[in-house]
Amino acid sequence: MDKFETFTGIAAPMPLVNIDTDMIIPKVFLKSIARTGFGKNLFDEMRFNRDGTEIEDFVLNKPQYRSSQILIAGDNFGCGSSREHAPWALEDFGIKVIVSTSFADIFFSNCFKNGMLPIVLPQEQVDILMKDAERGENARMTVDLEAQEITTSDGDVISFDVDAFKKHCLLNGLDDIGLTLEKADSIKTFEEQASQARPWV
Amino acid sequence: MSPKTLYDKIWDAHVAHEADDGTCLLYIDRHLVHEVTSAQAFEGLRLAGRTVHAPDKTIAVPDHNVPTTLDRADPATMTPESRIQVEALDTNAKEFGVHYYPVSDVRQGIVHIVGPEQGWTLPGMTVVCGDSHTATHGAFGALAHGIGTSEVEHVLATQTLIQKKSKNMKVEITGKLKPGVTAKDITLAVIGETGTGGGTGYVIEYCGEAIRDLSMEGRMTVCNMAIEGGARAGLIAPDETTYAYVNGRPHAPKGAQFEAALAWWKTLFTDEDAHFDKVVTLKGEDIQPVVTWGTSPEDVLPITGVVPHPDDFEGGKVDAAKRSIEYMGLVPGQKLTDIEIDTVFIGSCTNGRIEDLRAVAEVVKGKKIKDGMRAMIVPGSGLVRAQAEEEGLAEIFEAAGFEWRMAGCSMCLAMNPDQLSEGERCAATSNRNFEGRQGYKGRTHLVSPGMAAAAALTGKLTDVRELV
Repeated sequence: MDKFETFTGIAAPMPLVNIDTDMIIPKVFLKSIARTGFGKNLFDEMRFNRDGTEIEDFVLNKPQYRSSQILIAGDNFGCGSSREHAPWALEDFGIKVIVSTSFADIFFSNCFKNGMLPIVLPQEQVDILMKDAERGENARMTVDLEAQEITTSDGDVISFDVDAFKKHCLLNGLDDIGLTLEKADSIKTFEEQASQARPWV
Repeated sequence: MSPKTLYDKIWDAHVAHEADDGTCLLYIDRHLVHEVTSAQAFEGLRLAGRTVHAPDKTIAVPDHNVPTTLDRADPATMTPESRIQVEALDTNAKEFGVHYYPVSDVRQGIVHIVGPEQGWTLPGMTVVCGDSHTATHGAFGALAHGIGTSEVEHVLATQTLIQKKSKNMKVEITGKLKPGVTAKDITLAVIGETGTGGGTGYVIEYCGEAIRDLSMEGRMTVCNMAIEGGARAGLIAPDETTYAYVNGRPHAPKGAQFEAALAWWKTLFTDEDAHFDKVVTLKGEDIQPVVTWGTSPEDVLPITGVVPHPDDFEGGKVDAAKRSIEYMGLVPGQKLTDIEIDTVFIGSCTNGRIEDLRAVAEVVKGKKIKDGMRAMIVPGSGLVRAQAEEEGLAEIFEAAGFEWRMAGCSMCLAMNPDQLSEGERCAATSNRNFEGRQGYKGRTHLVSPGMAAAAALTGKLTDVRELV
C-alpha cells in the first residue's frame, strides 16, 4: 500500500444522503477477479447514460471536477453492500479523501485498507467544505493527515479525528496482515486455550 | 464484576490480542466465503506465499452469480464473467482445502442459509463473511458481520480480524404481533424508526416478547437486516428455540460435546443492569404489515399509508425523497395499495427459508397469480427446495403460476440473469430497494413473503390481512 502523503487537490460536492455502494459501483461491474480497473465505472448509473455517453450534470463529469481527489459527501456515505469494489473504484478514479457527517462501518474500514482516508466531521464543518467545493477547481483543499487538518482554499483550517492505529498504518503504508502475523504467538496461545474451553468449535 | 451485555460476553471470549489503544485481534470461529468477494483475497494469499490459517473453519459456496433455472448445469447459462468467478471459487476451495458446496451439490445455496442449515453457525461464535448480510447469523447469538475483501484475506491468513469494539444498542419489541405481521415487518419497522444510519457504530441486541416468540427462521430475517439499519451485527440471545434448531445439524456438536456446548450457551445472555448506549423500543401490537415506497430501506410505511411528499422530510432527506419518488415513478399522496406491480420476487437470505415459503403457500393455495405477472420463487438452498417439494409447497406454487427455481441470491441483487428491466416494478422479499439493485432502472418494494404473495395475486401492493 502506498504511504498517505499530504496533498492539495480538488474537492467535489456530493450532498446526496445515503449514497450506497450499489450507486458507487453497480453489481454488473463486480464480476472482475482483479482489484483494479473499477474507476471507469465509478458511480456508473449516475455518471453515464445507457449508451455510454456522459450525464452532463453529474458532478464528476463537469470539467472543473473531472480530476477531483476529494469528495465532500452527504450523510451515511457508503451504506449497503460490503463490496470493497466501492473503495477500489473510488481509489482507481483518483479519490483519496472522503468527508461526510457519517460513513457506514464496513465501507469506512474498507477505505483504510486501500490507502484512503474517510473523515467524519460535524454538519457545520461539512457545510463549510461543501460550500468551498462548490466553487469548483479554484477551490483546492489541502489534507494533512500527520497534523489531522484540512485547509480550505480560503486558508481556514479544520481539524479532524482519526484512529491512531489507522493513521499510523496509512502514513507508513503498512500491510495489516504483516502486522498481525507479528502477533502469531498470541493467536496460537488463544487457539490452544479456546480449544480447551470450547472444543466443539 | 460489572454486568455485561451478550455482545460484551462474546467479544471478551474472542480477543486474541489487545493493544494499548484498544485495537484488538478478534479470533474468528467461522469464515464463510462466496465467489464475488473472495477471488482477490485468495490471489493476495498466493502472491504473498501465504496459506489459509484454518481451512477447517472456512466454508465456501457460490451463490451470487449462479443461475436459478433448472438447466443451470449447462455452463452456457452463465455469462463468461460469472463463470470465471464461480470457477475461481472452485479452484480456490480445492487448492486451499476449505469446506465447499459446489453448484452441483444439493446443499448449495445462499451462504447465509447454508451456514445455519449445516450447523456451522452456533451460539457464541464469531462469524464473518465478505457480505454485509452476515448479520443473519446473529439470530443464534453469534457475533456475525460483513467484511471487505482485504479483511477476507486477513481472516484467511490469520483467522483474526483487527477490530475495535462497537457500542451496545438494544432494540426491544414488546408484546405480541398481530396476525399477518411477520419478522420482516419487525425488521423494516425498526429501520423505519432508526433510519439506515441509526445503527452505525453499534451492535444491536434484539429482545422482547415478540422476538422470543419468533422461530429461528424469523430471527434470522430480523438480524439479516441489522445492516440496513447501519449496524454491522444484530444479536438475539440463544434459548430453547435455538438449541432445538441446532441440535442434530451435520456440523453441530454431538453427545457429550453438545452438552458441554449447551452449558456455555446458557450463559450467553445480557446481565441485568448491563449498560446499553442506545435503546429503541417498539410495541409489537403497533407494527403493521409494511412496504417500502422509496430507494432506501428506511423508506418504510404501513401498507395502509400513502406515498409521502418530499416536504414531509427535513435536511438532506428532502432531496433524497424527491429523487426516490421520481425514480420510483410515484405521486405524493398516492395510496400504497394503488401501486401496480408486474414482478414478484420471493427468496434471498432475508426470506428464502422454509417458513417463508410456507407463508407464501398459505396465501396462494388454490389461487392464480394475476395474468401477465412474472412471479418467481427462489429457495435459499437446495435443501430448502427439497423440503418444500416434500411438503407439497412446490406444487401449490406451480399451480398458482409461480416459477419454481433453483437456489441462489438471484434477483435480490441481480448478478445472475434474474433481473428487472427498465421501469419494471417488483414486490420483493429481499433486503435492498436501492436504485438499480434488481436491474437497471428497476423499481423495488420490500415486503414480507405473505405480502409478496398477495401482490402476485392482485397485481398491486396488497394488505395480506385482507386475503387470509
